[in-house]
Amino acid sequence: MKRLVEKHPLAIRWFHWLNFPILALMIWSGMLIYWANDVYRIGWGRTTLFKFFPESFYKAFNISQRLAQGMNWHFTLMWLFIINGVLYVGYTLVSGEWRHLLPDRNSLREAIQVTLHDLGLRKGEPPVVKYNGAQKIAYTAVVLMGAGSLLTGLAIYKPTQLAWLTGLLGGYEWARAEHFILTMGYVGFFLVHVAQVVRAGWNNFRSMVAGFEIVNAPGPAADGPAPGPAAPTLPA
Amino acid sequence: MENNPDYSAPPLPASPAGEPAAAVAQRAASRSRRAFIVGGLAALAGVGGWRWLLTRPDADGTPWPFRRVLDANGRLSQAYFRETRLAPTFPKSKATTRQNGNVGLGSFDPAAWRLQVQGYAPPGAPARTQEFTLADIQALPRVDMTTELKCIEGWSIVVNWVGARFSDFLAKYPLATANGHSARYVSLVTPDEEYYVGLDLSNAIHPQTLLCYEMNGRPLDGPHGAPLRLVTPLKYGIKHLKRIGTIAFVDERPADYWAELGYDWDSGH
Repeated sequence: MKRLVEKHPLAIRWFHWLNFPILALMIWSGMLIYWANDVYRIGWGRTTLFKFFPESFYKAFNISQRLAQGMNWHFTLMWLFIINGVLYVGYTLVSGEWRHLLPDRNSLREAIQVTLHDLGLRKGEPPVVKYNGAQKIAYTAVVLMGAGSLLTGLAIYKPTQLAWLTGLLGGYEWARAEHFILTMGYVGFFLVHVAQVVRAGWNNFRSMVAGFEIVNAPGPAADGPAPGPAAPTLPA
Repeated sequence: MENNPDYSAPPLPASPAGEPAAAVAQRAASRSRRAFIVGGLAALAGVGGWRWLLTRPDADGTPWPFRRVLDANGRLSQAYFRETRLAPTFPKSKATTRQNGNVGLGSFDPAAWRLQVQGYAPPGAPARTQEFTLADIQALPRVDMTTELKCIEGWSIVVNWVGARFSDFLAKYPLATANGHSARYVSLVTPDEEYYVGLDLSNAIHPQTLLCYEMNGRPLDGPHGAPLRLVTPLKYGIKHLKRIGTIAFVDERPADYWAELGYDWDSGH
């Protein structure tokens, strides 16, 4: 028997989809800024495994010589990024949605199971809930990363007026590096997130647009003695 | 069925059990259609907004909506600004150097150099101009300060600066006030008038804003702005005008070299 389950509230869907282009443009304009002093690399001593970023990358995305433009986008869209993020966090707190999102004592174990399962190293389905442990940890972490981007960003934006903050983050150079690392974190999050959404399929993707998911629920008799409305099983 | 293991969250609301499959499918289809249409329109509006932004006429090298936001950001940070907040200082041993930027450093006769200062002259007050030698500036209290210079390109270096506080200069020569009023802005221009910056007077009189004549233990050399330059850890390096020719105290926001090329006028820290 098929039933419609209300998965994502309208507000969450708007916050999610507004954040996507805003964060994408923040990363893009951040690249335009970073280009003017592109000193980060992965390596040691004179050995460089990877330079952020190769010339071909700059060429492909037309990043060179656009510092002023990058700063102007960055310091305009930062307001939308902050407002959208604050409203999102406020909404999850007021609506109780945070209960689905905040990791609890079982989340780490569950996240390991989910990861092993997704890598094909473990048989058996992980527990089926709105967000499994891996999702709870990832979605909470990405919100904390957003707060981190705001703080490290402020620290390099106003390093004299907010000298206490810049100092707390290890100084101007460190704050800039932290801001960059967090950005790379979003890129990593994005890649895994998109891969997982593709894996999870249309029903799951549609729920972030239309709000509902179609689930196969057993008939009323099978619901057992559980009081209140039945909790149908969600796929993925 | 296993209990919902979403430990603290209430179960998600669901449509009533026993609803015919056809009715569920129909409702799903119509809700999906509506949601995707709204989403598509929102995406189109976003693309439209992007194109609108990029086709606005330029205000000093950037589409005017950006200029408006930059100026609003600047007003906000000036409102938050307190001259009691100081940039961190560093041990002198950390000081290094990195030369960047030559605009305004064209042919120049050091012997003939004088600092020209145009005093604040609001409507009704007489225009005044006063000239200073380097010795006049060096006669003011000597301040030795090691701070971090941040280039707008994103790099930073620690530099040791020696000079006179801008505020000490104004205390001795009250050229920024007239008829009991203070100018709002300071304009600084190189002798060849090729490079020019503006800053709020409140930033100029911050205790770490210097009329600087020594760097890392030596008199300023040519590429670093000899004989006298501005240093202020309240601003990116672009505002640290080298080789000051003229200083003027005004009420109109002064022209600024990089702000005319699309950068933030305030560029403040």
